[in-house]
Amino acid sequence: MKLSLDEVEHIAELARLRLSEDEKARYREQLSEILDYAARLQAVDTSGISPTSSVLPARSVLRKDEPRPGLSLEEVLRNAPETEKGQFRVPPILE
Amino acid sequence: MSDLVNLSLGEMITALRAGEVSSRELTQAYLERIDRFDPSIHAFLTLTPDDSITQADQADRKLKSWRSEPDQPLPGLTGVPIAVKDVLCVKDVRCTCGSRILENFIPPFNATTVERLRQAGVIILGKTNTDEFAMGSSTENSAYGPTHNPWDLDRVPGGSSGGSAAAVAARLTPVALGTDTGGSVRQPASFCGVTGIKPTYGRVSRYGLVAYGSSLDVVGAFGRTAEEIAPLFQVMAGSDPLDATTVDLPIPDINIDSFGGGEAGAPSLQGLRLGVPEEYFVTGIQTDVEQGVRQAIHALQSLGAEVRSISLPHTEHALPVYYIIAPAEASANLARFDGIRYGPRVSADEMWNIYRHTRGDKFGPEVKRRIMLGTYALSAGYFDAYYGQAQKVRTLIKQDFESAFEEVDIIAAPVAPTTAFRIGEHGDDPLSMYLEDVLTLPANLAGVPGITFPVGFDHQGLPVGMQLMGPHFREELLFQVAHAYQQTTQWHTYQPELDFSP
Repeated sequence: MKLSLDEVEHIAELARLRLSEDEKARYREQLSEILDYAARLQAVDTSGISPTSSVLPARSVLRKDEPRPGLSLEEVLRNAPETEKGQFRVPPILE
Repeated sequence: MSDLVNLSLGEMITALRAGEVSSRELTQAYLERIDRFDPSIHAFLTLTPDDSITQADQADRKLKSWRSEPDQPLPGLTGVPIAVKDVLCVKDVRCTCGSRILENFIPPFNATTVERLRQAGVIILGKTNTDEFAMGSSTENSAYGPTHNPWDLDRVPGGSSGGSAAAVAARLTPVALGTDTGGSVRQPASFCGVTGIKPTYGRVSRYGLVAYGSSLDVVGAFGRTAEEIAPLFQVMAGSDPLDATTVDLPIPDINIDSFGGGEAGAPSLQGLRLGVPEEYFVTGIQTDVEQGVRQAIHALQSLGAEVRSISLPHTEHALPVYYIIAPAEASANLARFDGIRYGPRVSADEMWNIYRHTRGDKFGPEVKRRIMLGTYALSAGYFDAYYGQAQKVRTLIKQDFESAFEEVDIIAAPVAPTTAFRIGEHGDDPLSMYLEDVLTLPANLAGVPGITFPVGFDHQGLPVGMQLMGPHFREELLFQVAHAYQQTTQWHTYQPELDFSP
């Protein structure tokens, strides 16, 4: 099964990746090849088998709800590309 | 200075405590060696020589006061230099993850593993090269250029922890940290002829490790021998309130000299049941890799191990399962890199375009490929067929190991189908590169611990490695068996000849 260019563009949009036309064409080939290879899993009989999302037994981890020091505002913002008045700066998201 | 950089970790600790060498002298010897050889190897992305010397001087003061009062406790690794893979956060030191999207990221905290090692007294030499976000098997996917294998500079060191493995092989550091999501400690250890441990999933904290595949990622370590990395494992292991997947189990006090806790002396593996999975010796394995591994199994047998042929019947499915699950987890984990809180921003008038343009321009080709693959596998209409089915087959792979460990104590197998391949050999053919991981992925999917160590050389003089895999939380058994092998063989003592003078 070969992915269509539309499907590649749809995945890129879901993943918020701007791709060049070259990249789209290349990923179309490569992802199709990898997904074809992965499709062999459909032939494995997994009836009655539960999925594994973690190899460890599921358990709850709780801690006391006590305040403790976190990072300072300066530390939190120091890696940001744009800040203003102690906040991350972004373009307007509401008209 | 070459004698200083050839001290084993144990000899180094003894010499530091005795005052025969200072941590500053040691650290300088390594930094000089890095200056001389790393331009050809490119194991390091960031060096912090001033910080390293400051840390070494602090260690020397501690050692000095300890010598005057030897009853005082002294952290076990005081004064020992290490290198850290550049996906683990070291406070105030740039952490790139081999990516342009973090080219200027300065972590405000230490990873728990780094913090525990600092508390134990280590000196950090620098941050080592890695495939971008640990996605790769050759270190060629680093945005900062590949690392070269010290045994043959035209070849890859393996990956993704290739910088750490190459640095240890070239004696640019005594020991180093790596991470293993699908083989990223074990395979480069094999390609570079060093020893590497991938602990059990949940044994070592992932806090401060930049996440790739969260159900698979484990922090491990490299050294020349099992004896050198056992103390690093012991320092790093244990539950951490900052990583809820860590398990609160006692850390074994590793008595490396004695299998089964008996008297130290001539190594014996009497009573050890060693399983050999025939599925790991099938198609495509290089002849001298198979020969080297079979000879090493024979050597373990001569030490008293009982060798049994076993089956891990779902081994062939590990590759497609991994290349669905890991990218799916990655596509979620890497959503945080969006040009808002850290990293460079590709400016745009509109918010969504900041995301699209920053991610599209700053992620490298393999990372984008895996994000796309994972996004597809998790998307509506394909989730059950790909991700859901992969998780079920993962259960079958895990059950293979559970059944095997009812019959045997430990499993021995090749690490990779080949020895180190040439830089550029896999070109732009991702699937052929993924096939390099076929023998390391199952341990990650099952969460079991593994150790790799050198067992010979191929006809081109490149190192051949073997891996041992054990039941969950039985790392001490891996260290003991690897150590018994290294007590009776010499492969771990060979070093690449470094003479890159033009």
